[in-house]
Amino acid sequence: MKHLTKGFAALVVAASLCATGAVAQGTLRIGMTASDIPLTTGQTDQGGEGMRFMGYTVYDSLIEWDLTSADKPSVLIPGLATEWAVDADDKTKWTFKLRDGVTFHDGSPFTAADVVWNLDKLLDDTSEQYDSRQSAQGKSRIPAVASYSAIDDHTLEIITKEPDATLPYQLAWILMSSKANWEANDKSWEKVAMSPSGTGPWKLDTFVPRERAELTPNEAYWDETRVPQLDKMVLIPLPEPNARAAALLSGQVDWIEAPAPDTIPAMTGNGFVISSNAYPHNWTWHLSRLEGSPWNDIRVRKAANLAIDRDGMSALLGGLMVPAKGFLPPSSQWFGKPTFDVRYDPEEAKKLLAEAGYSVDNPLKVKALISPSGSGQMLPLPMNEYIQQSLAEVGIEVEFMVVEWNQMINLWRAGAADPAVEGAESINFTYFIQDPFTGLIRHLSCDLIAPNGTNWGHYCDPEMQALFDKIKTTFDPEAQDAVMRETHEKFVNDALFLMVTHDVAPRALSPKVKGFVQAQNWYQNFSSITME
Amino acid sequence: MFSYFLRRVILMLPVAFGVSVICFLLVQIAPGDPLTAIMPVDATADEQAAMRAIYGLDKPLPIQYAIWIGNLAHGDMGKSIATGRPVAGEVFGAVNNSLLLAFSAAVIAFPIGIFLGFLAGYFRDTWIDRVVTAISIAGVSVPNYWLGIVLVIIFSVNLGWLPSMGAGPGGSQDWSWDWLHMRHLVLPAVTLAVVPIGIVARTVRALAGDLLTQDFVLALYAKGMSRGDVLRHVARNAAATALSVMGLQLGYLLGGSILIETVFNWPGSGFLLSNAIFQRDLPLLQGTILVLALFFVAMNLIVDVAQAAIDPRIKRS
Repeated sequence: MKHLTKGFAALVVAASLCATGAVAQGTLRIGMTASDIPLTTGQTDQGGEGMRFMGYTVYDSLIEWDLTSADKPSVLIPGLATEWAVDADDKTKWTFKLRDGVTFHDGSPFTAADVVWNLDKLLDDTSEQYDSRQSAQGKSRIPAVASYSAIDDHTLEIITKEPDATLPYQLAWILMSSKANWEANDKSWEKVAMSPSGTGPWKLDTFVPRERAELTPNEAYWDETRVPQLDKMVLIPLPEPNARAAALLSGQVDWIEAPAPDTIPAMTGNGFVISSNAYPHNWTWHLSRLEGSPWNDIRVRKAANLAIDRDGMSALLGGLMVPAKGFLPPSSQWFGKPTFDVRYDPEEAKKLLAEAGYSVDNPLKVKALISPSGSGQMLPLPMNEYIQQSLAEVGIEVEFMVVEWNQMINLWRAGAADPAVEGAESINFTYFIQDPFTGLIRHLSCDLIAPNGTNWGHYCDPEMQALFDKIKTTFDPEAQDAVMRETHEKFVNDALFLMVTHDVAPRALSPKVKGFVQAQNWYQNFSSITME
Repeated sequence: MFSYFLRRVILMLPVAFGVSVICFLLVQIAPGDPLTAIMPVDATADEQAAMRAIYGLDKPLPIQYAIWIGNLAHGDMGKSIATGRPVAGEVFGAVNNSLLLAFSAAVIAFPIGIFLGFLAGYFRDTWIDRVVTAISIAGVSVPNYWLGIVLVIIFSVNLGWLPSMGAGPGGSQDWSWDWLHMRHLVLPAVTLAVVPIGIVARTVRALAGDLLTQDFVLALYAKGMSRGDVLRHVARNAAATALSVMGLQLGYLLGGSILIETVFNWPGSGFLLSNAIFQRDLPLLQGTILVLALFFVAMNLIVDVAQAAIDPRIKRS
């Protein structure tokens, strides 16, 4: 009997260990900020978060971002294309060598014909596989592409509309779905959404719209170093910050994106880990350069940049920010060596404003568009009130026009000259600044003045335009980086924006989560993660 | 009874039409653009225009309404702009989850509210009445989303007894009536029940207190009827009004749980509605509001018919 009791006890212990092991073997449950599972068919929606969780997990692009290091900025690396080059004589002709031996999750081989098929899916509205939803997400990412063709199974040719050296960055957006899987699903993207097939390191196993998606490893992934070590990764949309925090603290998820700053002490106090890192994000005021705008005076722009105590703002945000020293984060490979030192110097700010004819007693009055919330906007109301107070102290009186986030996007697209902005001379809009186009060109290029593009402030400067043209026509990556640095130096030296801060993409993790390296990128690599 | 029912159903039709017009127009008034949900923020004006045409958003409003109502008449509620999925599937799936939550809250709230109300009415102006009144006022006054957060902190975060979010370990699609799933229902249902407990208790207290002072109660006692039998008569007289209040409360529980569903990440109609509002997902917004409004109208119909069945004087009037 004693033996039986001991045996039973041993069984119970073994069973409980097994049960613990089953949980800890490797199911990672992530609470996303998105309100729905991102589009699963290939080109994702839900912005950077969609690409992070449903893009570079299930799919690959020809050229990808290196997500292996937390210490240095991400750069482009070969993905489904192993090498690429522009023609020496014809700078619009690009040749891509594709990776051999890659298969989609459904087992079909990946070839150059699949790339053509995927590009048609986005760009050719007469093609059978054209998908307006994916096109809406992908078409605007590859403005340079004019035509494309498969030379052979593993060679692809792309012709651009004009010489454009930023093409590799554009192609990093485009994800490859399986033609065979689309055909097997009656050529219906709605059906593909429930059982998609890419070439990525993760397969979508189950999917409940708005509630959860379960990803399992693609054991046959072409890059052995990126075969996931977890058994499963579960994605749960949890848009409400308090619900996200409660889910983590109560053990229903192991990882949450963007914890609210005021919940962080409770998390760290309970042993949770806050992971953060600089990444290409910018929290700024985009300034109007229309005739009559006070921001046309460089003394006023510099004074405003010198008036903000960014360390104080960092305290407001619990340290979860990188104080701006320029438009790009200081760790960016394109930061350069600007001569204008973005710092807190209210006396210098007052001096500059006095030269421009303003003072605390005779303040400059400006109107700013802000939103109470929004994707990537961090804590816009307290942050903007902080700026309002800082600027008031040197002689700039700010009146806010507060609009809801969806409307804010419309006003940003409309541009400073649109009557709907009611004369606002600045807009607080956060930017994805990961590549030459999104990072620099789109904000200030003369041909992208709103509403035709996203140059909200109607800025147009031939010298800047020449730099943008040089970026597009410099095909050597190192030389292109040098032009990028030169361009960014002009951004800073001319104080073209109110440069305030950069987000650090905070995420709260259970102490059981091991092996995560937070890259300086909007996307992350989940393959290295294990659960203790 | 049938003619009364038929008359009420016919009267529902213009209400339903009015609801459809109002909910179509209301969502058009709000500033914003549904394309924001489906296009990168920096999509060019031409690309936006092309997409607007694909979704028919470039057509004049009366034509958009005619197309929408025409499709609706054929049972087609359209597709969500943000997700591309059929609105009917999204709405009915979410309403199903909300009904689960609303009925669970009703099962908790109505018996407790009726019991407390009767207790207070019967012991009017005693300490029992004052305690019940305090509970009712607290129930109505405490913001239930705040209460939800407090309950989560206590029972999920600190004690770890109940989950804080979701409709089951694997989502709502595999719901079953076992503890593994029902434990997800406890906190949101209790939170949602607090307001109707207060309202029903206040209503029943007033009704019972009023009826107990009426002459027919004295007559019943004078005839030698027991206290229990007298209370049964009082309950029957109070039932019609109480039913009307409870019917409306059930409607509110279904449509008014946006905050609770958001706090508990419950995949119901309120959660759907809040996402649709933020994304300006017009077809989804219109479909959800319409279904909820029609549910409210249907609830009123059911209550009216039930009242008439309980109290024939209503039918005659």
